[in-house]
Amino acid sequence: MADWEVVIGLEIHAQLATRSKIFSGSATAYGAPPNTQADLVDLAYPGVLPVLNAEAVRMAVKFGLSIGAEVARRSVFARKNYFYPDLPKGYQISQYELPVVKQGRLAVMLEDGTVKTVGITRAHLEEDAGKSLHEGLAHASGIDLNRAGTPLLEIVSEPDMRSAKEAVAYMKKIHTLVRYLEICDGNMQEGSFRCDANVSVRPRGREKFGTRAEIKNLNSFRFVGRAINFEVARQIELIESGGTVVQETRLYDSDKDETRSMRSKEEANDYRYFPDPDLLPVQIEESFVEAVRATLPELPDDKAARFAHDFALSAYDAGVLSASRELGAYFEAAVAELGAEHAKLAANWVMGELSSALNRDGIDIEVSRVLPEQLSALLARIVDQTISGKIAKEVFEAMWSEGKPADAIIEAKGLKQITDSGAIEGVIDAVMAANPKQLADYRAGKDKLFGFFVGQVMKATEGKANPAQLNELLKTKLAGAP
Amino acid sequence: MLHTLSIGELGRELTSGRTSSVELTRHFLGRIERLNPALNALITLTAELALAQAEAADARRAAGESGPLLGIPLIHKDIFCTDGVRTSCGSRMLDNFVAPYDATVVARLKAAGAVMLAKANMDEFAMGSSNETSYYGPVRNPWDTTKVPGGSSGGSAAATAARLTPFATGTDTGGSIRQPAALTGVTGVKPTYGRVSRYGLVAFASSLDQAGVFARSAADAAIVLEAMAGFDPRDSTSIDAPVPNYPAALGAPLKGLKIGLLREFFDGLEARNTALIHDALKVYRDLGAETVDVSLPHLPLSVPTYYVVAPAECSSNLSRFDGVRFGYRCENPTDLLDLYKRSRGEGFGAEVKRRIMTGTYVLSAGYFDAYYLKAQKVRRLITDDFRAAFEKVDLVIGPTTPTPAFSIGAKIDDPVTMYLNDIYTIGANLAGLPGISMPCGFIDELPMGLQLIGPHFSEIKLLNAADGFQRATDWHHRSPRGYE
Repeated sequence: MADWEVVIGLEIHAQLATRSKIFSGSATAYGAPPNTQADLVDLAYPGVLPVLNAEAVRMAVKFGLSIGAEVARRSVFARKNYFYPDLPKGYQISQYELPVVKQGRLAVMLEDGTVKTVGITRAHLEEDAGKSLHEGLAHASGIDLNRAGTPLLEIVSEPDMRSAKEAVAYMKKIHTLVRYLEICDGNMQEGSFRCDANVSVRPRGREKFGTRAEIKNLNSFRFVGRAINFEVARQIELIESGGTVVQETRLYDSDKDETRSMRSKEEANDYRYFPDPDLLPVQIEESFVEAVRATLPELPDDKAARFAHDFALSAYDAGVLSASRELGAYFEAAVAELGAEHAKLAANWVMGELSSALNRDGIDIEVSRVLPEQLSALLARIVDQTISGKIAKEVFEAMWSEGKPADAIIEAKGLKQITDSGAIEGVIDAVMAANPKQLADYRAGKDKLFGFFVGQVMKATEGKANPAQLNELLKTKLAGAP
Repeated sequence: MLHTLSIGELGRELTSGRTSSVELTRHFLGRIERLNPALNALITLTAELALAQAEAADARRAAGESGPLLGIPLIHKDIFCTDGVRTSCGSRMLDNFVAPYDATVVARLKAAGAVMLAKANMDEFAMGSSNETSYYGPVRNPWDTTKVPGGSSGGSAAATAARLTPFATGTDTGGSIRQPAALTGVTGVKPTYGRVSRYGLVAFASSLDQAGVFARSAADAAIVLEAMAGFDPRDSTSIDAPVPNYPAALGAPLKGLKIGLLREFFDGLEARNTALIHDALKVYRDLGAETVDVSLPHLPLSVPTYYVVAPAECSSNLSRFDGVRFGYRCENPTDLLDLYKRSRGEGFGAEVKRRIMTGTYVLSAGYFDAYYLKAQKVRRLITDDFRAAFEKVDLVIGPTTPTPAFSIGAKIDDPVTMYLNDIYTIGANLAGLPGISMPCGFIDELPMGLQLIGPHFSEIKLLNAADGFQRATDWHHRSPRGYE
């Protein structure tokens, strides 16, 4: 069996978070009753004309700057002509030869910690189409044009990815980035962020690309991974059994977990692109670019590097904590209270207890039930040895469900750690007295029984004995020293 | 005889109270009722609406308002969307289409107090040079009802020539104002591309379409243009530059005006036509203008260039007529493809289909570079030719059409011959320049037009030059028999 190399390029469609549409004044909000957010321009009435929403251009420029791309001083809108009921004009206004963003790149960290740079060929502005509705209508299709004219940024990568995992990691990174930039809400269920995957295989070592299939409209990270893996397996099996891959558009069926042919290259539309004479070329001045640059937030990679450096975190931890602006902000707020020397403790808690509580209850971090200051107040009690880490988890759960501050819960439940050596010694003495056989065995050389005594003391103190102190005192006592 | 008066004179009649807008409107509605059946110049009459608008105009005047168009009737080409009134664009496709909004041109003239009498007949989707492609039948030329009035704004031209209205709106994509103005003996102005908003004008070829005016003199046209023109935030191609006071600029002396004679316009021109132009040049020289020979070497390529660019744009612009949201829909479509095919097949006429197919072809993969891209390059060369010429002269001059109005039916089956009618007018559209056609004499008792073309935004110069000619001549006062 030949050794196959997988080649993947993604075309990501990110809906831009403008209030109004890219060429009309209609609202872009999701979920309105059908056709209530479509004006005469969206409906393509005779005589109406598009007017470019400058905010969409600003967002595209922002994206371009964040990937170190060239922002085109002059870009041109073109018409992509085809007939479909959800495309009211019979053409989509897009950008073809001269996109607004050219040649950028993005560093993507893979699971094993290696960093891969993916080239971004271009990003261009275009309008979204409406939706065809087939449910609940007998012998007819409904058309909802609320989405028609919603601005999209189509981000086209180079065929730089070599596995489904790489593709997913890249897509997640773009997802992180557009949300950082606040240019896309990233909501994949609502279709705000989706992609097409171009997939081919070639014998490892060969330079020439294999024939590719384009898998359309993937709207979850999981589906992207699965669809690519299915497609790779299909292509390899096809070639190895003597067949050839044909260039075609395929559809991923998530129910059956397979891709199906939609149309071949021969059936493909001739879109007859030409510059849209209703819109002037977009001229972008240097001053505009610089003004946009000034609004760029700290980017994910920069934030991760800063976290790693300032807080002595591992690259992995820094990467996780900078995956969203909100998560990073929470972490930083917690550390600010607690002190940078305890950042690792805060990182563990944010990535651990806090994240699992948020996930479990489906809550966004911005509205977390435990605020960063509250979390750091809890962690401060670990630091000052008022409670142990184990008890802290119990306190956290109580904070989460009851909404009370850590100290109040520690107080009310009497969870305060016992750090009084005398008190701990007293308990140790009692335990030793109650377990003479184990004591004798231990002293006869059964070291393993040390844990038994720790357990007994903890049980007797309801876990509140300071573990380090207990260890030390217990060792001395068991050894029989005076 | 209210219909013989100029807009300025009508304004004075209204101001003095000797007549009212209602009376004026009734007068023109009466002429329409009596004279239009022989001309077929109009598609939709809006008599009731007109009288209501006239009453409103009279009320505004009574309340102390004034304005050169307050209470003056007009006719709109049926390519402009008119709120609540059918906007057919001369097509079966839009026979049932009542526009839900006013085009910017319509809104501006409405705000100025002009009174809409009717919507004018036109070639289907403005595609034609004879008004024979209209779904509503051909318009007849008031000078000879066996002749065409030209197109595509043939209804607006015929109605203005027949004194059914003091003025009318039109659109000019390749000569659709200037050519019918010439063939019906009226003054037609095609402004600079971007001077007048295209919002609400049913698009034919977006980079060429420009709204303009038919009137019986340059002075009248100046009044109307001032009201129509101006930046419109809803049209990205409209130009954000102040609108000059055109009427106030008229009457400036023409001494020293440099007029270029376009050599390419006179190559092969019929002798009688040449003679008319030379007579006009003599008038200009007598007024102190200089004439200079200029050449636009690429101008002869304008017809083939136009017939690539315009169909390409129209093939895309007309895609929205798909039977889904408005306009004609075929009976009992069996599926989506059937809906598209039959709605478009039955809704569009032959010339529109021809241009959609031509346009689709020139934009197709493998042909785009050879046709569309090449045509755009030639278009640039033609524009550069004009620019070079305007470094030497203020305006260029020539005939508007090669021949006077031809017989209905004579050219309709021969598209290429029909297309050549626009040989002198298309250049200005390709270069986005303003142009005027005005009457300059007769051939075989049919009116002929003199065309002036100027640099971008030279409307003042053009209108003043035309007005100067009209002050010295009376061709523009001639009326077709039976319509005096």
